[in-house]
Parts: sequence; C-alpha cells; structure tokens
Amino acid sequence: MLAYIGRRALLAVFTVWAISALSFAIIQLPPGDYVTSYIAQMASMGSVVTDEEAQNLRIQYGLGQPIYVQYLKWMKLVVQGNFGMSMEWRRPVTEVIGERFWLTVVVSVASLLLTWVLALPIGIYSAVRQYSAGDYAATFVGFIGLAVPNFLLALVLLYLGFTLFNAHIGGLFSPELQDAPWSMARVWDLLKHLPIPALILGLAGTAQQVRIMRANLLDELRKPYVVTARSKGLTEMALILRYPVRLALNPFASTIGYTLPYIVSGSIIVSLVLGLPTVGPLLLKALIAQDMFLAGTIVLLLGVMTVIGTLISDVLLVWVDPRIRLEET
Amino acid sequence: MARSDVALDPPSAPLPGAGAADLNKQRIFVASQWQLTWWRFRKHKAAVASACVIVVFYLVVVAADFLAYADPNASEAQRSLMPPQRVHWFDGGRFGPYVYAVKGARDPQSFKRVYREDPSEKIPIRFFAQGFEYRFLGVIPTTRHLIGVDGGRDANKTIFLLGTDVQGRDLWSRLMFATRISLTIGLVGVTMSLVLGVVLGGLSGFYGGIADTLIQRVIEILRSIPTIPLWMGLAAALPRDWSILQVYFAITIIISLLAWTELARVVRGRFLSLREEDFVVSARLVGCSQMRTIFVHMVPSFMSHIIAATTLALPAMIVSETALSFLGLGLRPPAMSWGVLLQQAQNVQTVALSPWLMLPAVPVIIAVMAFNFLGDGLRDAADPYGR
Repeated sequence: MLAYIGRRALLAVFTVWAISALSFAIIQLPPGDYVTSYIAQMASMGSVVTDEEAQNLRIQYGLGQPIYVQYLKWMKLVVQGNFGMSMEWRRPVTEVIGERFWLTVVVSVASLLLTWVLALPIGIYSAVRQYSAGDYAATFVGFIGLAVPNFLLALVLLYLGFTLFNAHIGGLFSPELQDAPWSMARVWDLLKHLPIPALILGLAGTAQQVRIMRANLLDELRKPYVVTARSKGLTEMALILRYPVRLALNPFASTIGYTLPYIVSGSIIVSLVLGLPTVGPLLLKALIAQDMFLAGTIVLLLGVMTVIGTLISDVLLVWVDPRIRLEET
Repeated sequence: MARSDVALDPPSAPLPGAGAADLNKQRIFVASQWQLTWWRFRKHKAAVASACVIVVFYLVVVAADFLAYADPNASEAQRSLMPPQRVHWFDGGRFGPYVYAVKGARDPQSFKRVYREDPSEKIPIRFFAQGFEYRFLGVIPTTRHLIGVDGGRDANKTIFLLGTDVQGRDLWSRLMFATRISLTIGLVGVTMSLVLGVVLGGLSGFYGGIADTLIQRVIEILRSIPTIPLWMGLAAALPRDWSILQVYFAITIIISLLAWTELARVVRGRFLSLREEDFVVSARLVGCSQMRTIFVHMVPSFMSHIIAATTLALPAMIVSETALSFLGLGLRPPAMSWGVLLQQAQNVQTVALSPWLMLPAVPVIIAVMAFNFLGDGLRDAADPYGR
C-alpha cells in the first residue's frame, strides 16, 4: 500500500513539475521580457520605476540569463510564496487571487461530491431496474449531460431562470453579502447558491459515472454468486449492496481521478457565464490584458490543486478498496 | 460494402429453411472483416441515423456559400437584432413560400429597435435565386443560391430566417459559414491528434519496456492537468496580427497537443492484445520486417477501432474550439465559428431580449450527440466477433 501511494505521490510531483513548466511557458510567451512591459505598464499609469528598482527586478528574475536559470529563479520565488506583481491591479498576485482561489476549490469539491452522491444510487438503480422507465430516463439525461457542453447548459439555465422565474441563478452570493466579511449568514448564503453551479459542472461527470456503474453492476449481477446469495434467502437490498455493488465499485472508482481535472477545467468557463467569483473570470481578464504573472499563477495554482485533489482521492481509494493494493504491487 | 439481398444479413434476418441458414453461415465465414463490421454497424439504428445527420452536416460544410443567401459579413445598422421571420409556405392554397416585409423603428422610450410585420407586403422566397458572388466548391464562379429574394440589395426586401445579430448580419448565413469552420477544425485537429496518438501509442504498445513506461506516465500527467486554463493561456499568446488561417491552425495545434492521449491509449491497447496473436508471431517468424508486420498485418486488423476512437474524439475537439472562441481566445472575428457566434450570447440580458442569438448552440449539441452515437456504434461494430 505504501509503495502504491509512494508511486502516486511521485507521479504527482512530476505532474506538478510539468504544470510549473507550462505555467512558466505561459508567462514567457508574450513578446518582450516582463520587466520591460512592467515598466511600460507602470509608466502608462503615471508611476515611475527607478532604474535601480528595474535592475533589482532583472536580477531577481534572472533576465538575460539562460531560460532554465530564469525558470529556477521564478520557481524559487514561487516556493517562497512570491508570485510576482499583477500589472493590471498593481498589487501582489496573491492579494488579487485571495478569496477567489478558495471559492474555486469550494465549487470544484462540491461538484465532485455531487457527482459521487448522484452517480452511485442512479447507477445502481439503472442496473437493477434495467430497461425500466427510470433507467431510460437516466440514460436520456445522461446523454444530454454528455452532449451539451457545460457552458451552454449554464447559458440555457440562466436564460430559463431569467425568463420563466425572473430570477438570476448565477453568482455565489446574494448582492447584499457580496463584499461582506465572512459570517454564518454568508456561509449559509454560499451553500444556498452552490447547488446550481455544482450540478452544471458535475452533470457530464455524473452521466459518465452512471454509465460505468451501470455496466459494471450488470456484469456482476449475472454472476453465479448472486444467484447463490439469493437462494440463501438474503433480502434483495442487502444482497445487492453487500456484494455486487462493492465489486462494481472498483473500475468506477478508478475513473474518479479524471473527473476532477474535468470539473476544474469546466469551472473556468462556467464561472464566466454564471458570474461566479472564482478565478475563472480573473484568468480570462489577465490573459486578455497580458497580465502574465497573474495568469501564470492561476494556471499553476489550478493545476496543483487538481493534482492534490486527485492524490487525495487515490489514497482514499486504496484505503477503501484492498484489491487495488494487491493489483498494483 | 455492397449488399445485394437480405440473405446477406446473417445476424438480423435468419431466413427460414435449413438451406438458407447454411448459406448464411457460409457467407459469414467468407465475409471480409469490413463486411462483418458493416453488418454489425447497420443494426445500431441510432448510429446509422447519426451517420446520416453527420453526412448532412458535412454537405453544409461543402456547400455553405450555396446555402447562405446573404453575405455573412454585410452589416446593416437598420436591421440590428431583428427576430427570425416566420415563413408562410402556402400562398392562396398553392405552394409559394413568402415572408412579410418587416418595418423597423426606434422605440422613443427605450431606444431599442422594434420590428413589426407588414402584412400588406409579401416577399416571395425564390429558389435558386441570385445573390452574392462566390465560387461553388471553390472553383465554379456563380451567383446562384438555394433560396433568395428578388432584388436582394434592397434593405426592405430581405429575408432573415434566423434573425440578425447586433450588427444586423444575417444569422442563418453566418451559421452556414460557421459550420464550415467548426466542423473542419475538428477534422484537422483530430488528424493531428491521430498522428500523435498512433505514433506514441504504437511505440508504447509495440516495444513496451522503457518507452511504454515513459509514454504512459506522460499520458497520465497530461490527463490529470485541467486543460481549459492551459488552452486559454496558450491561445492568448497568439499574436494579435495573425491572419485567420494562422490562428485557425495554431488553435488546432493547441487543442490537439493535449487531446491525443485517449487515441494513444486505444492504439496501445490494440497493439498489446495483437502482439501475441498467432498471425503476428508467424509473420515475424517467416521473416517479415518490423514495418511490414506492423502496417500489413497488424494495422488493418485494428483500423476499425482507430476509426471508432477518432469519431469519439471529434466532439471533444468541436466543444474545445467552441469554448475557446466563446471566451474570445479562439478564432477571432471576422472568422466565423459556432463559438464566435455564441460570443454574442454571453450576456443574459441580451439573450433574454434576443433569444435567437442562442441558436448556434443547437448545431453544437446535435453534432456532439451525433458523433457520440456514431462513435459508440462504430466501436461496437469494430469488434464483429464480440457479443
């Protein structure tokens, strides 16, 4: 088990490294070096960067030195928690991102939980009552979920909410609590606003998991041990939940790791449509304004968050399912 | 794939009588792999229907300028945000489609343009009418379009089947051209991913060992990274002064660089399962070169799997491009794609007043569904010996 977790952790480290390299590439991509564009940006806003300051910045980021030196210097600063300055906001990147990052985490985790909570019972129901009306309904909703890109789904729901109920379903907070300090009322408000974005983000993943769960469970239900258990007189409920469901969970569980990147990815664009105060709209603005430290940092943080989330779900799985340990070692 | 009679269809239509059954069996034995695949595919009704839908989509791609009746870039301030016009099919009991002329005026209170149908003036719709000049299939210069109206230049005598956008451009015509770009960008992107996927998946599956481990790890890493932020970052770095064509190819490359992993996985799986098959071993034993073993003996037997996987990869490509363009980071106007058209529907207030701006979402959803069903059908059919 330790060996398995160790391997996952090692892979996670490599993934984080790959993400950091890609984020650095994104910072580097626009023409010109960023200190020059930083000075230009500052000058256009009326503040002056002295030659000495500029020189210090150049040394700090290793400009003029080989690219890998620049990368290492940047990494050194990042590890210290210094993500650079946002040019557009003229504040440190960490300050600009602040709360938005944690809200992104909250929205993503909520969708992930919702995916599990919905997919498991629906998948079991679909398999046990194969070809029933409920099964067909689940399959139909599933196809819609897979076929409709989530930002279009968000758009349509927003439109329907607006025209039919004259309600604005976007956002994560009510207007009066938008900028309020954290309090119980604000947390409750967040929880009330969370289900719709979580559902939109989680629908495609849920649909996929339902299909996997249904197929796995159908395979298991045909096996002789189910007949044996039934002939021994177990109640149908206990029979299904105790044996076949647990076996069917394994392949179901191993795909969960790929759901989180998908949700995080989708949250960016859905946040834009629904006006959620996550890092999504910030990333788009930063990219359009070529505020590269901000953009690169957001990509880096989102990637690292995904990797950590996936690692946690992997470890939980090993802990829950002993067969993974045996298989993988 | 030619098929002359029903008896050729062994799985679905067993004919009565022992003689016919024997004939059926014999047909199965001598049928080529492609024939078996076709027979199996045909039973999947949803997949066959989807195939037809996709053929229609690609006909639109080929004949976009023929199906459009207005210049997609011709803007007209007098016709801003006009709702779709209703087509009346019968004129006095006889088939003769027409629309009513529409008068636009500015509402003095809200400053919005409001449009009212004028039942006294009918505008007949003509088939094969004259319109803007273009080259049919890129070669034949012509001015004929599928539909149109007489005197097309007169601003009062035009039709807008799906309404107009903010700049007063005809949505139907724009949709036709957008279909062309959205569907080809998927094809080009999937071709690039296919090359990457087949080469890397093939290396991984055929040689195994370190190459396999390395490539598998790279795939795992790529699959655990959220793609949209990365795409956005890369797409935003494209120089602003690039031409439409340059941006088009850059976007396809960006999308396919992260999208080849699933194809590579499928190819690797097939290589692994075929490597130990008798016919591959014997090919190697009689002294076939490695190239020959791979391309003459192995590839044909999993060609159908690759086609299925490619079909399933297409919708993801189309959605990616739509998403990027929707954000304003993908294709840029004057280029047209479904995503570019949907950009105008970003704001819920706009959409609530002019819901027809959401119409470009319909082809996106239909295309994605059709490709998914077709891919599912092909995947099942690709294994004719399966259940």
